[in-house]
Amino acid sequence: MIRPGKMLRQVLKSIFKKPATTRYPFIKSAMPENFRGKIVFHPERCIGCRMCMRDCPSNAIVIKKVGEKQFEAEFDLGKCIYCAQCVDSCLKKALESSKDFELAAIDRKTLKVKFGADDKRST
Amino acid sequence: MKNVVIPIGPQHPALKEPESFNVMLSGERIMAFSARLGYNHRGIEKACEDRTYTQDVYLTERICGICSHSHSTCFVQAVEEIAGAVVSKRALYIRTLIGELERVHSHLLWLGVAGHEVGFDTLLMYTWRDREVVMDILALLTGNRVNYGINTIGGVRRDVAPAQAKQVLKAVNTLEERTKYYIEVATQEATLINRLSGVGILPKEDAIALGAVGPTARASGVDRDVRRDDPYAAYDEMAFKVITDGHCDVYGRTLVRMGELMESYKIIRQVLEKMPEGPLTVKVPRKIPAGEAVSRYEAPRGEDVHYVKSNGTEKPERVKVRAPTLANMQNVSKMLEDRQLADLPIVIAAIDPCFSCTDRTTLINDMSGKETKSMSWPDLRLHGIEWYRSQGIDFSKLNKKLAERADRV
Amino acid sequence: MITNALFSILVFPGFCFLFIFGLAAEFIDRKAYARLQNRVGPPWFQPGADFIKLISKEDVLPEEANPRMFKAMPIFALTAAVTAFFYIPLWTTNAMYSFNGDLIVVLYLLTIPTLTFFLGGWYSTSLYSKIGAVRSLTQLFAYEVPMLMSILAPALLAGTWSLSEMSLFYSQHPWYWLSNMLGFGIALISLLGKLEKVPFDIPEAETEIVAGTFTEYSGRLFGLFRLGIDIENVVGASLLAAVYLPFGITSLPILSFAIYLCKVIFIILLMTLMRSLFARFRIDQMLDFCWRFLSPLAFVQVLLSLALKGFIAK
Repeated sequence: MIRPGKMLRQVLKSIFKKPATTRYPFIKSAMPENFRGKIVFHPERCIGCRMCMRDCPSNAIVIKKVGEKQFEAEFDLGKCIYCAQCVDSCLKKALESSKDFELAAIDRKTLKVKFGADDKRST
Repeated sequence: MKNVVIPIGPQHPALKEPESFNVMLSGERIMAFSARLGYNHRGIEKACEDRTYTQDVYLTERICGICSHSHSTCFVQAVEEIAGAVVSKRALYIRTLIGELERVHSHLLWLGVAGHEVGFDTLLMYTWRDREVVMDILALLTGNRVNYGINTIGGVRRDVAPAQAKQVLKAVNTLEERTKYYIEVATQEATLINRLSGVGILPKEDAIALGAVGPTARASGVDRDVRRDDPYAAYDEMAFKVITDGHCDVYGRTLVRMGELMESYKIIRQVLEKMPEGPLTVKVPRKIPAGEAVSRYEAPRGEDVHYVKSNGTEKPERVKVRAPTLANMQNVSKMLEDRQLADLPIVIAAIDPCFSCTDRTTLINDMSGKETKSMSWPDLRLHGIEWYRSQGIDFSKLNKKLAERADRV
Repeated sequence: MITNALFSILVFPGFCFLFIFGLAAEFIDRKAYARLQNRVGPPWFQPGADFIKLISKEDVLPEEANPRMFKAMPIFALTAAVTAFFYIPLWTTNAMYSFNGDLIVVLYLLTIPTLTFFLGGWYSTSLYSKIGAVRSLTQLFAYEVPMLMSILAPALLAGTWSLSEMSLFYSQHPWYWLSNMLGFGIALISLLGKLEKVPFDIPEAETEIVAGTFTEYSGRLFGLFRLGIDIENVVGASLLAAVYLPFGITSLPILSFAIYLCKVIFIILLMTLMRSLFARFRIDQMLDFCWRFLSPLAFVQVLLSLALKGFIAK
């Protein structure tokens, strides 16, 4: 039956329900398990094949050799599109996605993140 | 009031993306309508030629935010056809699942936008609240809420675990209930029906002649759907109806989209039930042999066509994308004949425009045989100033004022 | 004598009271609107913060606009709305100033804001403003007649043209106001048209003509316009409360004041509910609706009041 005000009941019920808004940033919702956030580099597993550099769509990762079988990775978080193709391309699983996505910065220089060769864990 | 030409866009609260429409009005009646596209042109087709096929998967995904899986799948299907790769069944099923979830996402978003364009903000808030359910499910399955990145040449990158499948089914049940409520609202709310009925009429012959695709055409009774006529992914094993409607107006398009939502829930359930076991990818060499292929996909907005030409190297030679909005755009001036200004936003919103998908360059052969020239940046700027001067707009006063202000500072 | 008058005009229940009440009413409206849509809504100081921010910004005048008319319109709107308040009986049966015929004066004063929207939009010379201005005036022709007729009906029953005397009549004859409920409904819908709220916010349709009349207004002038609209909300709701809900005037001033506040907030919440339920009308649909549906009903209400008056006189 066509009448105006069809949503009346739903709308009045909403007064008694909790609002559907999450009060970010006071309450943060958890991201699911395979969320593609910031990339984390494990330098001890890297063999320097540079497949990740070849496959990165935006040239955001640069692998540099700093010693015998020691490599460091530099990410440009501004260029990265968080597609995790490097994670898939790495033959030795030296890269993985974390759930970190709050990466906004005021200074562009802080967006270049370096994972040094002697960091045994992610920073 | 004599005839005025009013610009809708490029910046306008009614438009989600920049495009320029010039409407000639006499009072409230629309006398003439002309469209100018191209504000979102980013040179994607050229950029595709500079990157390898793997990188191009992500680039084509970012042609549009909400048809992202459509573009990426369409591209990947074309490349796999040239390479002669046979993708495993499980990968095809997962592509279908994500494609249908994307359709649900897109149609819920459209419902909210349509409500907003007619001033019904409550519908906007409710449908976008339910859209969060879909986005959470997509984040669970693929790792991101938009731009899913699930395709790769040869298959898909992520698997669907049984626990995830259960969550998807639960979400689909919730969404089905809510969609039934929205169908009730759309068919019974008198003020909404008054704004949507009789607006933007496109008779069936005109829809076929002007090349409408997708829900815009199906609402005029044209029975075309790429999923049924030219099945790709796993659609040849799914049972679903193609929704058409005879209303030929915006109300019909609303009904078609909501019917498609219900069909999508059915397809998602079938996919999860029948998902076969198997590998996720097949190995495809980096250098694709020379060849060309055309692939089609039913995006939420209509038929999406990709053409890929390869030449034996790692990078494609030519990629051409024909987005559905380009086909639907030409129908808008027909739909707006003899209507009022108040109908314009909802008519444009009813074809579900996605101008990011649409803007590509077309090379027009200059029949007069004159030489083509390329312009440098300063030349282009002078050309713009000359063009505006020929239209009667003079920048010299403004430039003088700006110079004075800069001197004072 | 004159300090008393100045106090009641400028402070209470005049401008300062209206200022605070107007902003509070906007907060209640926006918070209720958000809650009806399952959202959180703004905090209590939001309208005040908006006003302060707008006042502190620069106003930009379009080059081809008429500067004097452009700047004067918001002040006229604000003043007219505030002046109309003085003749409405609030929590006593006597308004601040009353005379026979002040009902018509109040209705005229409430039309002035609409006229300023039209003139402000016209003298902005921007295309969007002109279309919004013309729509605003067209809408005036639609809702004004049902509103006048439906406010006339209780006045006919009371047999007077003065709002204060009407209020006195209804407090002496309790339960008579129940016969005006049809008029209450019609006046509520017409008030939505006057205040340009959905479903009648056609002159300011954001998705069609940017902001209609207010497209070129910014900074202080826009702040004053918005304050004027907020105060018009309160004044319109008070008028409806005084005409259709004239009960609850007791001898305790505090109690009457509280009842008055409750009545006005009730009417504002009713308008918020209607705002959230309907889509926007098109201008031709609105004219159709008002002339074919509302006006005959208002006429019926007038006839009902006349019949009832004849009945009582016997």
